Amino acid sequence: MNPESFIEQAKRAFAITKKDIRIYYLKGPVIIFGLFMPLFLFLAFAVGNRGLSMPFLISGLLAMTVFFTATAVSPVIQPWEAQARTLERLIACPITMRTLIAGDMFASVLFGIGIAAVPIGIGALLGIVPLHPLLLLAGIILASVCFSALGLLLSTPATNVPSNIMMLSSLLKFPLVFISGVFIPVEQLPFWGQVLAVCSPLTYFTDIARYCIMETNTFPLAVNFAALAAFSVTFTLLAIRLHARTVSRRI
Amino acid sequence: MKEAEHQEDAIIANDLRKVFSEIIAVDSISFTVHKGEIFGFLGPNGAGKTTTARMLTGVMQPDSGSAAIFGHDIVSDPIRAKQRCGVVPETANAYTDISAWQNLMLMGELYGVPKHYAEERAASLLKALGLLERKDQKVQGFSKGMKQRLILAMALLHEPDLLFLDEPTSGLDVQSTHLITGMLRELNNTGTTIFLTTHNMDEANRLCDRVAIIRKGRIAAIDSPERLKMAIERLHTIEVSFDPAQTADDPTTLPGIKSARREGDKWVITTEDVDSTIHAITAYGAEQGVKIGMLRTLAPTLDEAFLRLTGADSA
Ligand SMILES: Nc1ncnc2c1ncn2[C@@H]1O[C@H](COP(=O)(O)OP(=O)(O)OP(=O)(O)O)[C@@H](O)[C@H]1O
Ligand SMILES: [Mg+2]
Repeated sequence: MNPESFIEQAKRAFAITKKDIRIYYLKGPVIIFGLFMPLFLFLAFAVGNRGLSMPFLISGLLAMTVFFTATAVSPVIQPWEAQARTLERLIACPITMRTLIAGDMFASVLFGIGIAAVPIGIGALLGIVPLHPLLLLAGIILASVCFSALGLLLSTPATNVPSNIMMLSSLLKFPLVFISGVFIPVEQLPFWGQVLAVCSPLTYFTDIARYCIMETNTFPLAVNFAALAAFSVTFTLLAIRLHARTVSRRI
Repeated sequence: MKEAEHQEDAIIANDLRKVFSEIIAVDSISFTVHKGEIFGFLGPNGAGKTTTARMLTGVMQPDSGSAAIFGHDIVSDPIRAKQRCGVVPETANAYTDISAWQNLMLMGELYGVPKHYAEERAASLLKALGLLERKDQKVQGFSKGMKQRLILAMALLHEPDLLFLDEPTSGLDVQSTHLITGMLRELNNTGTTIFLTTHNMDEANRLCDRVAIIRKGRIAAIDSPERLKMAIERLHTIEVSFDPAQTADDPTTLPGIKSARREGDKWVITTEDVDSTIHAITAYGAEQGVKIGMLRTLAPTLDEAFLRLTGADSA
């Protein structure tokens, strides 16, 4: 066995994914931040703006739940591990930082994809069926990857207090929701809002969801997918580099 | 997994150095741990033991210097180096939300141990460490000693050739300590090299083939426990009693001794040369026609060696 081979490291990454799902995704924050928070935001917004169509709201809810879920746990896994004193054990194992990040990310991606069933289910109950289901699935997968990577990037500050990281990431996540076309279409934002919207990965997934559910879109589909892919790659590479630098400071 | 390899050393540390902001935690340490050895790393609090162990296990990068584990550089070839090590960190914990068994299986997967083999190993380790009945319980409810035994089992699952332990028995009761040291000795007998960090002089004395005494990030001495003890005390004490206690001549006149005084029914003799003094005493006994009731050499303890070398007695 060559411990450095891709297959071997991939298997080990999967072991980390299994562990994360067993341990971290059963904790409160995923359910609270990933599901309830978007639901409440959604209800508050739906009640306040009766003029918006249901497909618009459902696609917004979908974008929001995937976003919140995929960024719920990935930022806090490492601080949690450091605090629980399991991190040193883990990084003494023959795995690369890439493997570790891939494992954590994959767990987060699976949850992002899984949770998407909830808003789609709610939509189905209300009679809203996606017009382009396969495209939507591809969008959900890519968005989950992108948001999970963003979550991991958010956890690079070497603090071992999970609530600090949660605060920091909430500070970034909530404003993103408001400038990414979830509640207000990007076209209706003021100019500075549109500039910010272009910088937010959530904008592109919201746009994909809108297209797949109600066939309206702000950007061409290819642009949406390319932007999400570019953000994913950038966030992932950055997360790997920064974590490799900060991980020993957590111990 | 054990490959037949030429006689390379288990650990070669070369000028390892680590600085935390102002503090020089490890100050250019070099040493070698041979295959099959139990190597003790002794030092007072804050001496830099844990930091050294962390650099050797690839958890921290050295600021300068290098270390090789079985010939694999820990910085440039970390995966292969780590693959052959088992690690029991100082303040480690198992995952408390999953069971002991799941923790072990996780280790098996992280070290690439085939599943059926990992299961066999896990069962036999848990049995040897007295945890088999608790294997499906969450680690949350384990006592400190049980957790520590589990962590040892986790480190051993992939049959490492080299085992790092950072104060594995601190805070444990006699029984857990005994179980762990017994296991270490057994492992060593079957060829595992062991790097043991400890404060516990007695443990180092009983277990280690060689001991490095470290102080303020530097190595003060490296040698076998016996030699370290001898090195610090040039003067040895011998206690001897004769039967009958009264003799014609005092043993004060014996050749080669520094001093001799009576304490109760025995003589307390100090000398630089234990060997020839004992010979002289037996000869003296025969010559005086008395039996030797008791003869005892009082070697300095490793504690004394430690205090002397780490300068704690002068502080
Ligand atoms: N992560 C860290 N950040 C800053 N300083 C550190 C860090 N780790 C260790 N030190 C400092 O480095 C020095 C050596 O610490 P180390 O933990 O290696 O000592 P030790 O010999 O293991 O002590 P002990 O017997 O108490 O475990 C200490 O002065 C400690 O304060
Ligand atoms: Mg220590």
